[in-house]
Amino acid sequence: MSWLLPLVQILVLLNAVLIAVTYMVLLERKVIAWAQSRLGPMRVGPHGVLQPIADAIKLLLKEDITPARADKWLFTIAPIMSLVPALIAFAVIPFGGHARIFGRDVPLFIADVNVGLLYIVSITSIGVYGIILAGYASNSKYPLLASLRASAQLISYEVAVTMMLVSVIATAGTLSMVGIVEAQLKDHVWFVFVQPVALVVLFIGGLAETNRTPFDMAEAEQELTGGFHTEYSGMRFAMFFLAEYANMIVVSAVVTTLFLGGWLRPFPNVSWLGFLGLIPGWIWFLVKCFVFLYVFIWIRATLPRYRYDQLMRLGWKVLIPIALMNLFVTAILKVWL
Amino acid sequence: MSLFDTDELVINMGPQHPSTHGVLRVVLRLDGERVVDADVVIGYLHRGIEKLSEHRDWQQIVMLTDRMDYVSAATNNLGYCETVEKLMQVEVPRRAKYIRTILSELQRIASHNLWLGTHAMDIGAMTVFLYNFRERELVLDLFEEFCGARLTYNSMRIGGLPLDIPSGWARKVSAFCDLFETKIPEYEELLTHNRIWIERTRNIGVIGGADAIAIGLTGPPLRGSGVPRDVRKDEPYAAYDEFEFDVPIGRAGDIYDRYLVRLEEFRQSLRIIRQAIDGLPEGPVVGKVPRLIKPPAGETYHAIESPKGELGFFIVSDGRSNAPYRMRVRPPSFCNLQALPRLIRGHLVADVVAMIGSIDIVLGEVDR
Repeated sequence: MSWLLPLVQILVLLNAVLIAVTYMVLLERKVIAWAQSRLGPMRVGPHGVLQPIADAIKLLLKEDITPARADKWLFTIAPIMSLVPALIAFAVIPFGGHARIFGRDVPLFIADVNVGLLYIVSITSIGVYGIILAGYASNSKYPLLASLRASAQLISYEVAVTMMLVSVIATAGTLSMVGIVEAQLKDHVWFVFVQPVALVVLFIGGLAETNRTPFDMAEAEQELTGGFHTEYSGMRFAMFFLAEYANMIVVSAVVTTLFLGGWLRPFPNVSWLGFLGLIPGWIWFLVKCFVFLYVFIWIRATLPRYRYDQLMRLGWKVLIPIALMNLFVTAILKVWL
Repeated sequence: MSLFDTDELVINMGPQHPSTHGVLRVVLRLDGERVVDADVVIGYLHRGIEKLSEHRDWQQIVMLTDRMDYVSAATNNLGYCETVEKLMQVEVPRRAKYIRTILSELQRIASHNLWLGTHAMDIGAMTVFLYNFRERELVLDLFEEFCGARLTYNSMRIGGLPLDIPSGWARKVSAFCDLFETKIPEYEELLTHNRIWIERTRNIGVIGGADAIAIGLTGPPLRGSGVPRDVRKDEPYAAYDEFEFDVPIGRAGDIYDRYLVRLEEFRQSLRIIRQAIDGLPEGPVVGKVPRLIKPPAGETYHAIESPKGELGFFIVSDGRSNAPYRMRVRPPSFCNLQALPRLIRGHLVADVVAMIGSIDIVLGEVDR
C-alpha cells in the first residue's frame, strides 16, 4: 500500500491549492479595495466570502469560445500548459517536517527530491510556454504582441533568478528543498540574513515570472486589451487565471523555504522561545507565505507598469550584474570561511 | 521570399479599446512593438452639434454644449454664453461672473481628476484612478446641489445664471478646497517621485514650444512645452482679471511635464476658488436680457480656457431668426489630437496609450 499515501497527499494538496488560489483572488480584491478606499466584494456571503464560489460557477457555465481561425490544438493545450506546471511545482515544496496522523508518520511534502530546486526552476519555466503558445494560437494581433513580450520578459529575468538560486544553493550546500530548510536549522540562521540581496532579486524575478504588476506587460489590459488571454473565455480563461495565482503561491512558498526557514518557527535554536513550537510547522509556513502574497498584492495596488524594454534593461543591466556579484562574493566566502 | 521575411504589423487600436478614452481609432503600423506610423481616425461620436444648433433656440443651445466635452460641461456652457453675450453686448452682473468662475474652476478640478485617474490607469497605477474618482465625486456633489445634474449641467444662461447658489453652498465649496488640498499630496506620493512613473513618462512624447504652437496645441500640452499661454491670463474673461494666480509651465514638453503642469493647476484652481468665495459680491445673478433673445446681425469669436485648452466659439447671427446662422466650435481636444501621430512615431505601443492620456482628449468634443 505504499502508493496510497502519496496519492492521498496529492489529492489533498491539489484541492488545498485550488481552494487557496480561489481565495487568493478574493483576498487580492479585498486588499486592493481597502487600499483604494472601497469595500470590494460584499454581496455573495458575508463580506463576499462566497465570491470565489460564485466566480467559479460563472466561469464554468460560460460559453467556451474558440476563434474560427485559431490553431485549435494549441489553443486548447496552451491554458493546460500554463496551469499544470504551476500545480506540479508544489510536489517538492515542504509545508512542514513530519506529522503524526492516525498513528502514522506522514511527511508534509509529497517528495523530497535531491534536485528539488532545480526541478522547480525547470517546471516553472515551462509555464511561460503556455502564454507564448496562447498568443500564437489565438491568431490575433494583440495576443501575438503579448506573447512576444512574454518571451522577451522570460529571457530577461530567468538568468538573474537562476544565478541567485545558485548563491542560495552554495550557502545551503544542497538542492533539496527539505535539505535547505534543515541547513538553516543547522546554521542557526535564516538565509534572509545571509543572502538578503538574493531575496530581493529573487522576489523581483518572481514578480516577472508570475506576470504581476509592475511586470504585467504580457497581459497589459490597457495596452493589449488583455494580452495573451484576449481570445479566451470560460474555463480556459479561468485556467490562465488559476495559473497566475498558483504561480504566486509557488513563488511565495519557494522564497519562504529558501530564505525564511520554511516551516521552522522563528529562532528555532533559542530554547526559551520553545513555546512558539506549540504552533505546528505548517502554520508557520503558511504565515510566512502569506507575508509574501500580501506584498504581491500591495505592489499591485501601488505601482504603475514597466515598459517591456525597460524590464529587459532592468534584467540585463541591473539584476544580472548584481546576481553575478552576489554569486562571486558567496563563492569566495564559501571557500575561505 | 526569403526565409525570414519581415513585414509591418497593422494594428487597429479602437474604436473599442480600453484606453483610447472613448471611440478614438488609431491605426498603428508596427515594426515589432515600435510604431512606424499612426493614423488617427475620428468621427465615431459625431452628433452634428454645430448643425443642430442652427435649428435651436439661442437658450436651448446651452444644453447642446453640455454634450460636447461631457466631462467639463460647465466650461462649455460658459464659453457659449459669453460668446452670445459678447454678440449682444449684454452686461453680466458681477456676482454671476464670480459664480461662473467658481464653477469653471471646480470643473477644471473635476476634469483634471478624471484625466489623472485614467492617465495613471493607462500606465498601470490603478489606485490613483480610484483616489481621483473619490474627489471628483465631491465636486459632482457640489454641482448637483447647485443645478441638480451631475454630468450635463445646463448650468448657465445667456446673461447670467439660471439661479443663485443655494444657501451654505459657498461654505461647502471652501470645505472642499480644504479637503482637496490634503488629497493632492496623495496623488503625488504615488506618482511624482515614483521611479517607474518617471521612467514611463520622462522624455516620452516630447514636443518643443515652437512645434507645439505650429501644430496648434493649447492648454496644458502647450504649457507643458514651456509656452505660458493661458486665456484666463492673456484675454481674461468671467472674473479672472480680479484674481491672482500663476500659470504653471513645463520645460521639456514630455508627458511628465504635462503631468506636473496639470497637477499644479489643481493648486491654482483652489487658489482662484478661495479668492472668489472670499470676495463673492452680493447682487442679482442675471443681467438685463430680453425675453426673446435675438442678437443683432454680425459675427464674433470668443475663447475661454477649458480644462483641455482653448475652447472657442465662432457664432454668426443674421439678426432675423431666433437661432444662430452658423456656429463653429474650436474644440481644444480636436486641435490637440492633431499632435498625436507625430508624438507617437518611433515610440512603443505601451507609450501610445500614455500619449493619448497625456493630451487629454474627450471624443465628444473631438467629433461634436
